[in-house]
Amino acid sequence: MTSIAKKRSAFRGNAVSGRAEALFHVTLGLFALCCIIPFIFVIIISLSSEDSIRRIGYSFTPQVFSLDAYTQVLHLGDSLWRSYFNSFLVTAVGTLLSVSMCVLYAYPLFRKDYRFRGFFSFLSFFTMIFGGGLIPTYIVCNSLLKMGNTYAALIVPMLVSPFNIIIMRTFFQTSVPFDLIEASTIDGAGEYTTLVRIILPIVKPGIATVALLTALAYWNEWFLCLLYVTDRNLYPLQYLLMEMQRNAEFLARNSSMIGAAGAEALRTLPSQTMRMAVVVFIVLPIACAYPFFQRYVVAGLTIGSVKG
Amino acid sequence: MNAANTVPARRKKHVTPGGRKKTFWLTTMMLPAAAWLLLIRYLPMGGIMMSFLDYRLPTRKMPFPVNLFHSKWVGLDNFKFLFTSESAQMIRNTIGYNVLWIILGLIIAVAFAIMMSELTKKFLAKTYQTMMFFPYFLSWVVVAYFLFAFMDPTNGMIVRSQKAAGGNVIDWYNSPQYWPVILTVCSMWKNTGYSTVLYLSAITGIDRSQYEAAAVDGATKWQQVIHVTLPHLKPMIVILLIMNVGKIFNADFGLFWSVPMNSAPLFPATQVVDTYVYRAYTTTGNVGMSTAAGFLQNLVGFICIMAANTIVRKLDPDSSLF
Repeated sequence: MTSIAKKRSAFRGNAVSGRAEALFHVTLGLFALCCIIPFIFVIIISLSSEDSIRRIGYSFTPQVFSLDAYTQVLHLGDSLWRSYFNSFLVTAVGTLLSVSMCVLYAYPLFRKDYRFRGFFSFLSFFTMIFGGGLIPTYIVCNSLLKMGNTYAALIVPMLVSPFNIIIMRTFFQTSVPFDLIEASTIDGAGEYTTLVRIILPIVKPGIATVALLTALAYWNEWFLCLLYVTDRNLYPLQYLLMEMQRNAEFLARNSSMIGAAGAEALRTLPSQTMRMAVVVFIVLPIACAYPFFQRYVVAGLTIGSVKG
Repeated sequence: MNAANTVPARRKKHVTPGGRKKTFWLTTMMLPAAAWLLLIRYLPMGGIMMSFLDYRLPTRKMPFPVNLFHSKWVGLDNFKFLFTSESAQMIRNTIGYNVLWIILGLIIAVAFAIMMSELTKKFLAKTYQTMMFFPYFLSWVVVAYFLFAFMDPTNGMIVRSQKAAGGNVIDWYNSPQYWPVILTVCSMWKNTGYSTVLYLSAITGIDRSQYEAAAVDGATKWQQVIHVTLPHLKPMIVILLIMNVGKIFNADFGLFWSVPMNSAPLFPATQVVDTYVYRAYTTTGNVGMSTAAGFLQNLVGFICIMAANTIVRKLDPDSSLF
């Protein structure tokens, strides 16, 4: 066995020693495990019975499993489903608009024969290194554009991302031969026809990448809600979760001071397992789709940072 | 980003028919996003002047843009907050965490990427990569819950095991001294996978024959890393460094806001410029001062990125960002 191993390493010559590779496996493996264990832990908590938690706390090995949290979540009714709906709506509409605008902006930037290319490049990329700051942006969106407490507030402020424009432009540059555009224009096709009929089918992977990045950003968004929205009917799932946690935390931390009233309030709050079940509800769509979209995101991020 | 270095390089005119018409239609494509940029990104830049005003809130008599003209010019008064002890703390936190995380993140990610590239079982390497990249796709709100499962004062796993062992129970959310470490762990946990993937893709792009040649010349694995891998990674490291230096005065709001659960006793360790601006604005409504703080963030970022880029361009023109 050892002689074969020796032969192999002698043949490949340039691999690290077996011991070093084992060490690498341990280091990387441990870190990789740490990256998903918290999520598994939260799933287990959401499946534990309240009783078990009261007795031994959150544990990887609860005394009793139960689906109570999920039945509670399903009975939570309006506020949860409303938020789920909001999250989906904002993600769908936001992604659609954002990707369309991104493709439309990136395409002329890639066209070497477009006259105002330099100007528009500068217009978008300058915003990556300088901005007006949080408060002026807030005042423009809230006081000038009157977006407070509307769905627009959850969508519009993050519609355009210069980073995505770079990714998209690079996809154009690497996959569309310029002759194709020339040929198409000589055939008499208009600019939009060329873009939609001929170019877009070629850059589908690029569109997938940008769409996924955008959809993830919208799905994970809660800061805009914190800034612009006070109407509970508009809360996305992430913000609902944050609020549940904030209320519970506040009471838990101060229950000793508030006394009986605090304890009562604690009891009527969504149970701990239920909050964990909501976390699972948020992460599960990502976790399920993740193995499929990872490839696209890796491609996009790599392009964006290397060529950017 | 590289608008400047692509344009002059190739000025070869590609002529397609329909000059003016073409320009017109292509320009219409730019308009939606350009309008957005002007409204949501450039208009607020004009709002920076509010940091020199004693801003009067809009009323019915004086609706939004009008109230600006009735606000008094106060010069640099709004920047006085900089010289309080509270802001010294938050500036220290912001820059301190950023510097620490830039260095730590760089070392860990490059080390992981190199280790990953040396694994002979490619399937396992892929699996590690998939697992490590996962946290990047979660929001800080969710991460806060993950942490909470371990550190919740009543049911958290760490707290319960401390109780079971009969040791001292640490009240995590009231003890700022632990938070520099906790925040660092959280930041590394969430972002290492991403940067590892970036560096790994750069390493896989290196021509294998260079390693073979080095090995033939008797270079050890370590020497190959120093003399082959790192020089190839340099451009990417430099670019990411420049971009990170540009954000040195900005902090990840989500991390500092939701992970410590907005717990006031933790502020000495968790207050950063972004949370300070938000809290100052929501609690006191002081528009002038919050704008001033935001302006300073952007200004420092801008100067840093320009300085870093200029220095890099002097040393090695090919590595600079623009």
